[in-house]
Amino acid sequence: MAMKIGGRSFDKRAEQGVRDSYMRETVRTAQERLYTNKSQAEEELGDWEEWRSLSEKIRSHTVDNLDYYLERLSENVSKNGGHVYFAQTAAEANRYIQSIAERKEAKKVMKAKSMVTEEISMNEALEATGVEVIESDLGEYILQIDDHDPPSHIVAPALHKNKEQIKDTFSRRKGYQKTSKPEELTQFVRKKLRREFLEADIGITGCNFAVAESGSVALVTNEGNARLVTTIPKTHIAVMGMERVVPTWEELDILVSMLCRSAVGQKLTSYVTGLTGPKAQEDVDGPEEFHLVIVDNGRSNILGTPFQSALHCIRCAACINVCPVYRHIGGHAYGSIYPGPIGAVLSPLLEGYEDHQDLPYASSLCAACTDACPVKIPLHELLVEHRKVIAQEKKTTLGETFAMKGFGLVASSPRLFEMAAKTAPALLAPFTNKETIEKGPGPLKEWTAIRDFPGPKKERFRDWVKERNKGGAE
Amino acid sequence: MKVSLFITCLTDIFYPDVGKNVVELLERHGCEVDFPEKQTCCGQPAFNSGYHKDAKKAAKHMIETFEHAEKVVTPSGSCAAMFKEYPSLLKDEIRWRERAEQLAGKTYELTQFLYRVLHVTNTGATLQGVATYHTSCHMVRLLGETEAPYVLLSNVQGLELKELPNKQNCCGFGGTFAVKMSTISEQMVDEKVEHIEETEADVLIGADNGCLMNIGGRIQKEKKPIKVMHIAEVLNHREMGGGDV
Ligand code: SF4
Repeated sequence: MAMKIGGRSFDKRAEQGVRDSYMRETVRTAQERLYTNKSQAEEELGDWEEWRSLSEKIRSHTVDNLDYYLERLSENVSKNGGHVYFAQTAAEANRYIQSIAERKEAKKVMKAKSMVTEEISMNEALEATGVEVIESDLGEYILQIDDHDPPSHIVAPALHKNKEQIKDTFSRRKGYQKTSKPEELTQFVRKKLRREFLEADIGITGCNFAVAESGSVALVTNEGNARLVTTIPKTHIAVMGMERVVPTWEELDILVSMLCRSAVGQKLTSYVTGLTGPKAQEDVDGPEEFHLVIVDNGRSNILGTPFQSALHCIRCAACINVCPVYRHIGGHAYGSIYPGPIGAVLSPLLEGYEDHQDLPYASSLCAACTDACPVKIPLHELLVEHRKVIAQEKKTTLGETFAMKGFGLVASSPRLFEMAAKTAPALLAPFTNKETIEKGPGPLKEWTAIRDFPGPKKERFRDWVKERNKGGAE
Repeated sequence: MKVSLFITCLTDIFYPDVGKNVVELLERHGCEVDFPEKQTCCGQPAFNSGYHKDAKKAAKHMIETFEHAEKVVTPSGSCAAMFKEYPSLLKDEIRWRERAEQLAGKTYELTQFLYRVLHVTNTGATLQGVATYHTSCHMVRLLGETEAPYVLLSNVQGLELKELPNKQNCCGFGGTFAVKMSTISEQMVDEKVEHIEETEADVLIGADNGCLMNIGGRIQKEKKPIKVMHIAEVLNHREMGGGDV
């Protein structure tokens, strides 16, 4: 179970999140900053809605023709002298990567940030064979030295930590002695990592997009670490989810712009790198060997289902950055390395309902996510779609199933509705305290623990209408 | 103009006064209000919980109930949005889908109807006080209505409207979410109430009784001195001795 993080039930994890006031403050501030920046970036571009529609079209066209574009991609990577490996499962991907490490007698692997390698637990797989894996993304590095704390956000993996906590981790683990100023913290890590880069045998990166027409891999970062990972070590392995392909550089241009604006509110991040195959003879730097590992790991099962649009995701985290549920419980509460709305959609698809069945319910269906998504994935609708599957497979409680059956019956029969509406106030009457109900029975208990419930009224609206039509009331 | 009123189950049972204000408001603007008695609930509780078979039953019943209507008006953006969801819910049953499309096409949320169909910008209401307006998620994001309530409220005489900070945030209602995920819902409604308090408004206005039941319920439980009003009550409000009757 590679994507799953943390034990216990969703409720327990959510409660823990709610009680963690440091984390919540950090998340709230980050969300507010990212929201403002994204809004500005949208405005700068102008016609944001049109760009979204265009991006949606690009993504749906590509995913509709995924086999075609993956074939082109693979042909072109090979033409450039690179190797392509299609891994159906996480285990297959890891075995392939292990075999390269073995062949190269690698002792040290330098990594850039990648969610798919988290998904397949690649670090653990490599470490099990005695290879040292070092994260070079600042956020990932912080988590790695903090006893492999799992990521809580797909763009900013250490979002749940504030600078004081980071400083403490550094001093505890690495003998850091300076202040919690971000510049000083970063400087410290830079120095530490420089040496590691020079010693690394293999560089492993993710892949924001792969360009089918040229067999190139595009990496979008703000720290520039991916450039070192892909130029210094002799071997470069890029690992990508099979849906992360674009037809040509033209589409790449549009999607990178949407990604940067949506993820961090920048026109472009500091570094956008396009890599086409291993080092050619005339190149001054670059790896001698290049491998592209294309990971399925459950993705192809999503094709052709009502969930297909989840594969359009470009992992910008905009949906996470606006999600109120995420704001209050934090990323770890989701129990998956993919948190927030997209995580709640994706985790059950990739890893099954068993471990992730609560996630589709962790939403008020406010649709802020759907609104924020640069490729227009109808996230809140997909959450409802999950609930539908869960209800159909009778994984919900019997009580709920009966209640909803009852609901269907009542809502489609005016006579039953009339009866229910009449009895509701009568049933509630004993709990009333004048205008409102402060302590309700049954399911009302959850409600009234937090809020008062409106008290029963003497007359329903429809009774008033009836009287009025008779010429009685006014 | 003849309009058929879909009052919503919440308003019918718990907020009859809001319903009366809706009727009066529509009549003030020259509408003849018809109330199809067979109406029940839009089916959203079942739909959102994933029980689409049961939601379909409710949908078909409502389609039949409002088939005769020229326009359907409802004081809830969320329930209006649910009517607009019917065609997709019934997409596999062609005849029903067509009927669902007709219903969706003639359904309006109350302020949307006043502003966009009747072209009303001023309802002639007066209300002394400082208020803030909660923009309901479904009204804004599913119906796409961001203007109508503001235009109408801005012309209420005597009313000072303060912008609600982080108004885009959900109040934490979400139907069964409020009960199923009550720990999270509580944080959300608390945050909303905090923002409302920041405005120092003495009235909270909303256009959806679902949200108002949630936020209002929290305000009452915490005994905050903030009055909660549905937008229909505000737009139909006349100060004693002032305005028309
Ligand atoms: S679902 Fe949309 S908003 Fe969320 S991460 Fe993916 S692309 Fe970004």
